[in-house]
Amino acid sequence: MRLSPDEMIFWQHGVLKLNATIVFTWGLMLLLAIGSKLITHRLSKGLLRSRWQNLLEIVVSGIEKQIEEIGLSPPRKYLGFLGTLFLFVASASLCTVIPGFEPPTGSLSTTAALALCVFVAVPLFGIEELGLGGYLKSYMEPTFIMLPFNIISEISRTLALAIRLFGNMMSGAMIIGILLTITPFIFPIVMTVLGLLTGMVQAYIFSILAAVYIAAATRVRKPESEPEAEPSK
Amino acid sequence: MLIDWFTVGAQTLNFLILVWLMKRFLYKPILHAIDAREKRIAAEIANADAKKAEADKARDEFQHKNEEFDQQRAALLSKATDEANAVRQQLLADAQQAADALSAKRQESLRADAHNLNQAIGRRTQQEVFAIARKALSDLATTSLEERLGEVFTRRLREMDGATKASLAEALKTTSDPAVVRSAFDLPTEQRAAIQNAINETFSVESRVRFVTEPDLIGGIELAANGQKVAWSIADYLASLQKGVEELLKEKDKPETKPKPGSPST
Repeated sequence: MRLSPDEMIFWQHGVLKLNATIVFTWGLMLLLAIGSKLITHRLSKGLLRSRWQNLLEIVVSGIEKQIEEIGLSPPRKYLGFLGTLFLFVASASLCTVIPGFEPPTGSLSTTAALALCVFVAVPLFGIEELGLGGYLKSYMEPTFIMLPFNIISEISRTLALAIRLFGNMMSGAMIIGILLTITPFIFPIVMTVLGLLTGMVQAYIFSILAAVYIAAATRVRKPESEPEAEPSK
Repeated sequence: MLIDWFTVGAQTLNFLILVWLMKRFLYKPILHAIDAREKRIAAEIANADAKKAEADKARDEFQHKNEEFDQQRAALLSKATDEANAVRQQLLADAQQAADALSAKRQESLRADAHNLNQAIGRRTQQEVFAIARKALSDLATTSLEERLGEVFTRRLREMDGATKASLAEALKTTSDPAVVRSAFDLPTEQRAAIQNAINETFSVESRVRFVTEPDLIGGIELAANGQKVAWSIADYLASLQKGVEELLKEKDKPETKPKPGSPST
């Protein structure tokens, strides 16, 4: 039984290899880029616009609004990173309805890569906002005793981010695979619908958590800037 | 091992490329379009606000002008009304004056008419009464009217009251001039003797008497001596009659008084 699309290798030359994860990621990238390009090719700046443009405007302005509600300002600065996180994870989940498609987020390598990106992006945004000293000082809040705990928290939450997404996506695909062998009719469809919902929720959680981490790093002055409890799924 | 580190690196790279692609093809154009639209809407709203403000201003101006016009109209109307009232008052006063003058003139004319009528009636009455009296006396008696007048005169002399009689006797005694007896006609000799006799008897004096004829007395005899006078003539009666007639006419001239409400009517 294959747990991850990483194991499906199409081509290999030494360390370099081309597995299903990378191929499906490219597919998603192409889909998103070409789709965006096609829709934004002829954008209307007037009051009348196409329904596809409307959809994209709703998505983009919705993401922007969410980022703003978390407290990141200006939201457009973080829109590229956080919005792309959400769109990638969400489109990967949505595409599971296509037969034969393996979501790249079902690979721990992909989720680890995304978590690493968050892990790197959080201090980058924090240093940009507060300066290096200010950011490093935030690890000793409220006292220097908290320094090791803050570092552990930083690493563990990155790990949790990767594992959470991987576990959910992989399990979804796994359940459908198992159910198909047991009850080939109807029930797998219901589980697929559930999987879609789970995927959307995971995409939301992943990007929101990333936004919260960045917000915590950029707004160190407030004592309750570090979220105590992480939502777990 | 579930994590393939090459795949992790490749996916990281892929993700970064995707971020760039999305920024390039999705966020930038979409946000640009949204901003442009918002800008345009804001501009349209501002334009509409400006137009509204302009329209408000124009409306205010119009209302102001309208109010001014109304005020002017009201002022003109009031002025015209006042002028018309003044002219009306003037005309009324003039008409009143003219009516008063006319009425006064008419009253004057009525009074003159009444006076003329009065005089005519007086004259006519005198003549008529004299004629009637003369006719009646001449019809009734065998003697002439002059005789009757002389008889009446002598009777009145005799019936005179004490005070008058005394003063007249005193006058006859003191004067040297003859007493004058005036009559409207020539008295016959018997009459003259009778009058002379009556005077002598009444006043107990021997006085000379001079007889004078004066047609103005109409009918009657008058005895005058030293400023004292005793007379009887139809003219006296006529004067009394004339006075009565004049009073009657005056009463008729007066405006009729309204009878009191509730007063018994005969």
